[in-house]
Amino acid sequence: MANEVCFRTLHRDAPWTIEQYRQEGGYKVLEKILREKTSPDEIIEAVKLSGLRGRGGAGFPTGLKWSFINRTTPVEKYVVCNSDEGEPGTFKDRDILRYNPHQLIEGMIICGYVIGGTAGYNYIRGEFREPYFRFEAALEEARAAGYLGKNVLGSGFDFDIHSHLGGGAYICGEETALLESIEGKKGQPRFKPPFPAMFGLFGKPTVINNTESFASIPVILDKGGQWFADLGVPNSGGSKLFSISGNVNRPGNYEIPMGTPFRDLLELAGGMKDGRTMKAVIPGGSSSPVIPGEQMMELNMDYDSIASADSMLGSGAVIVMDDTNCMVKVLDRISYFYYEESCGQCTPCREGTGWMHRVIHRIENGQGRQEDLDLLDDVAAKIAGRTICALGDAAAMPVAGFLKHYRDEFQFHIDHGKCMV
Amino acid sequence: MKIDKTSLFTDEVRAEIDKHIAKYPADWKQSACMPALTAVQEMNGGWLTRELMDQVAAYLDMPAIAVYEVATFYSMYEHKEVGRHKICLCTNISCMVNNSDSILDHLNKRLGISFGEVTKDGKFSIKEVECLGACGGAPMMQIGDHYYENLTTEKIDSILEGLE
Repeated sequence: MANEVCFRTLHRDAPWTIEQYRQEGGYKVLEKILREKTSPDEIIEAVKLSGLRGRGGAGFPTGLKWSFINRTTPVEKYVVCNSDEGEPGTFKDRDILRYNPHQLIEGMIICGYVIGGTAGYNYIRGEFREPYFRFEAALEEARAAGYLGKNVLGSGFDFDIHSHLGGGAYICGEETALLESIEGKKGQPRFKPPFPAMFGLFGKPTVINNTESFASIPVILDKGGQWFADLGVPNSGGSKLFSISGNVNRPGNYEIPMGTPFRDLLELAGGMKDGRTMKAVIPGGSSSPVIPGEQMMELNMDYDSIASADSMLGSGAVIVMDDTNCMVKVLDRISYFYYEESCGQCTPCREGTGWMHRVIHRIENGQGRQEDLDLLDDVAAKIAGRTICALGDAAAMPVAGFLKHYRDEFQFHIDHGKCMV
Repeated sequence: MKIDKTSLFTDEVRAEIDKHIAKYPADWKQSACMPALTAVQEMNGGWLTRELMDQVAAYLDMPAIAVYEVATFYSMYEHKEVGRHKICLCTNISCMVNNSDSILDHLNKRLGISFGEVTKDGKFSIKEVECLGACGGAPMMQIGDHYYENLTTEKIDSILEGLE
């Protein structure tokens, strides 16, 4: 039960070509929708039934998001894809862009049809130059085949897609920062509400979804919402791409059903490198709180199971760490990341991320003070929930998580000025 | 002061920027600011000057300050000279737990430069970057358009030797 959705074409030698994509059933769903003039409500119902939740990390139900757009308003509406993949540990959207760009394109066109949009933008992180060229080539193929442009397949529906390359900023993965960025500005998040469904790109109603979410759509509509939902478990429909990295033998992307036991995923990834003991796992990208190895072995890869351990499934980026890793050093690096990537708009995040990093860094370097751990708890608690976007929470959660599970390691650094590992 | 836009940049760069302008609604020319900066930076050997940012502003009918804001917000725009080959090394978690420290050591020793520095011959510079989204191939680095993954010190040597 693997590779059934976004990776369904992966067994081919050139799955990124329109020819091979079509041989695997690609564009069949779009053709049927346009031919039969399927009602947009029917499509939304199927997506809702599938249980598909936003694959970028927030997990918001995709069908519900699409239903927020009032397609009868006589203004331009936009479809935006978030390929600004930047959450440390996450590398799945890059593979969709490289290996299955047409399925993403088909999903975006279907969304355009549903909301009555006329244009789509795919925001691809600036460093993804090779995936960008691959995606651009796929757009050309799709235009030549009549799937994009004026009067798609003679249906009277106009829709085109353009890509927009980012410039190196994690914050642009936040949906409203991304919209600002497409508008040629600094990527600083907007206040919500209004949400993008009312006031999105260029101030117009906009649906913005993650790459994997859009790429799942053609298969969901082909095989049915119920089929997709049944792949997974209640509240976590479908299968999902899990990016597993760290100290494992076969790091990579694995498309497996939601609810798969973590121990099975670890086995797929070849188990621990050099036969070492697993110490800790970051289950859903760097902002998700760390989980001790033995606890992780009892969990399943779905939203509720990971949440039961006070963490998050997030983007499905699983970072596995063995017993040679110092948790203080790992948190030092994570906290530096959020300090570096804070956009500077909200004071608690701008100042707090730097403050947390400096304190963790001094503990790592043997200059920690007895009061530092309480100080960190305090600063983290004062950032969380006090910022415009979720980056503040994303910076605070790992600090709280590492201190909760590995406080003794931090204390050892403070007491002895060195690492216990 | 009225600027003759056809005097700016090169024909190729103007054509590239125009291609991007066409992607956006007519009244959102500034959406092409990022791709314009990217194209101009490439034309200038990998970094931007104040003069070039002013020219991008003029070309897109934007206030210069709005272009400076963009050019200083995103990490891929450079404001001082970089090497002909800018080595972007990821040191984030997955790379770190797969020994990116030793890759950095090796680069430091081999090239005699640290993060933010350029070799005397102008051939290489090294930049520390945040997660580039290729953690399955950690440790990794980017040079130009290309990602180099599963790095070892031997692999670094052969990559660097293969660059002009």
